[in-house]
Amino acid sequence: MNIFQALIRRELSMFFQGPTGFIIISAVLFLIGLGFLVVLYGLNGEATPMPVTQIFYETYFFWLILLLITPVITMRSFAMERASGTYESLMTAPIGDWQVVLSKFTGALLFYMILWAPLLACSIVVRFYVGESAVLGFGTMFTTSMGILMIGSLYVSIGCFASALTQNQAVAAVSSFAIGAALFFTGFFSYFSGDRTDFFSKLSRHISLSNHMESFTRGILDLGAIIFFLSLTSLFLYLTHKVVESRRWK
Amino acid sequence: MIEVENLTKHYGQHVALDGITFSVGHGEVVGFLGPNGAGKSTTMRILTTFLAATSGSVHIGGKCVFEQPNQVRNLIGYMPENNPLPIDLRVRDYLGFRAQLKHLSKSIARKRVDEVAKQCGISDVANRYIGQLSRGYRQRVGMADALLANPELIILDEPTSGLDPNQTRSVRSLIRKLAGKHTILISSHILSEIEMTCDRVIILHEGKLLASGEMNKLISKSHLAVVTEIRASLIDVKNWASELALENSEFIEQKNGYVRCKFSGTKNNDLREEIFATVNERGWELRELSQHTPSLEDLFVSLTNGKEGNR
Repeated sequence: MNIFQALIRRELSMFFQGPTGFIIISAVLFLIGLGFLVVLYGLNGEATPMPVTQIFYETYFFWLILLLITPVITMRSFAMERASGTYESLMTAPIGDWQVVLSKFTGALLFYMILWAPLLACSIVVRFYVGESAVLGFGTMFTTSMGILMIGSLYVSIGCFASALTQNQAVAAVSSFAIGAALFFTGFFSYFSGDRTDFFSKLSRHISLSNHMESFTRGILDLGAIIFFLSLTSLFLYLTHKVVESRRWK
Repeated sequence: MIEVENLTKHYGQHVALDGITFSVGHGEVVGFLGPNGAGKSTTMRILTTFLAATSGSVHIGGKCVFEQPNQVRNLIGYMPENNPLPIDLRVRDYLGFRAQLKHLSKSIARKRVDEVAKQCGISDVANRYIGQLSRGYRQRVGMADALLANPELIILDEPTSGLDPNQTRSVRSLIRKLAGKHTILISSHILSEIEMTCDRVIILHEGKLLASGEMNKLISKSHLAVVTEIRASLIDVKNWASELALENSEFIEQKNGYVRCKFSGTKNNDLREEIFATVNERGWELRELSQHTPSLEDLFVSLTNGKEGNR
C-alpha cells in the first residue's frame, strides 16, 4: 500500500512539477466556465423541467472536455517514461506490473477529478441564488459526480492503454482520442436508429455513452450504466497490463 | 551469485545473444566488455528482469529471473544505460521515492538516503533538481539509487560513459570502494576502465561469449611480444629471425641503419636472452630489447579481430 501511495504521489507530482498540469486546469476551467455561462443564459428567468446538471451535460462542453482533455492527461503516463528511459528503472524495482498500471490509472483519474472541481463550485453558486432545491438537489449533484467519475475512468483507462503502446506522447494522445471518439460516435447512432430492433441499433443503444450519462445527470444511479463503465474500464486496464507484461514474453 | 546458462535472445530476425553461459561468484567484481552492439545491455536487461530471454536460464542468488522476478529485483541495484532520471525531482525526493519502491521503511529510507548521498558525494546537491545537475553528478545519483537498498548485486551499465576524466576517476574509485561488500557487474567498452576496476572479465562480441575468466590468466594466455632494434641490413635480420624460428615477425627499417623488429605470437618463455646472445654473436649493435605484456586491449583486439562483418 505504501508503494502504491508513493507511485500515485509521483504520478500527481508529474502534473504539478511543471506547467502541464496548470495549463490543462486553465483550459478546462475556461471550458467549464463557458459551458456554465451558456446554461445560465438559457435559463435566465425561465422555468426548467430538468435539473441544471442535465442542461450542462447537454451542452457540448462536457463532451469536449471528456474527448479532448483525457488524452492529454494520460498521454504521458507510460509514453514519457519510455521515451526518457525511466521506465527501465521503474520496472526493475521490486514492484508488480499491476501496481504500476493501477497507480498510473489512479493518478490520472485523480487529476481528472480535480479538473471537475470548479463545476461543483458553479453548481453551489446556482443553488445559492436560485434557492430551490428541486433545480439542483444534493442527490443530483452526487449522481452527476458519479457519472463523471465513471465515464472518466473509462476514458482514462483508454488513455493509459494507448500510452502503454508507444513511446511517443503525440501518438499516444491521438490514438486514445481516436478510440474514445469512435466509442462516443458509435453510441451516437442510437439517435438515428430510433426504436428499430436490428442488431446494430441495439448495439449502438447499448454502448451509447450519452444515454448512460443522461440517467446520472437526472439523479439516477443506473446499475446497468455503472456495470457498463466498470467492465469496459477493467477491460482496458487488463489490456494495458498485457502490454506492460509483453516485454517479458518469450 | 549469477548463473547464466545458454542464454539466447532474438529480436525478430536479429540474434542479440547467442547461447551465452557464465557464472559470477559472491563478492566478485566482473567487467562486461564488448564493442557497441555486442549484447551487453541486453544481457543486463535480462539479468535485471526487464526483458525475457528467448531461451536459456538465468538464476540470481538461486532465484530464477523469469519465474520469481520480484525476489530477484530485491537482490539487485541497477543503473540502466544512459542513467535515465526524472529531471523534475530534487535529488533527495527522488532517492526517497526510490527507497519506498524498494520496500525501505520511512525511517530507514531517510537514513539510507543520507548514507548513499554521502557515499556517492552528492550530499551538497541533495536539495537541487536533478535537471540542473551536471552529468557527473547525475551519474552519481544513479549509482546512489543502485546502492539504496544495500543490494547483494550491483549492476551498472556503462557507468562512466560521457564523463570527463575527473568524473570518470571519481566514479571508478567509488566502484573500487564498493568492491568486496557487493558483487558488482559493470559493462563498458573502455578497456582500461575494466582493467582498473575488475578482477574478472567477460568478453562479448556480436552476441557470443568470446572469453571469460580472471583478467591476469586471460591476458597471460594471449601471447607475449618482444620488440628489439638492431643495426644490420634488413636481409640479414630476416635470415637471423628465420634461423631462430621466430613467428609473426614485423620488420620496420629505421634511420641510421637500424631495423625495428616485433615478434608476437611467441610462446610463454622469455626470448630476450636468446635474442641478445645471438645478436651479440653476430656483432650487431642493439639499442632496444623489451618484452611487452599484452594489455586487455591486445587481448580484445586479438579476440575480436577478423570477426568484423559477420553480421
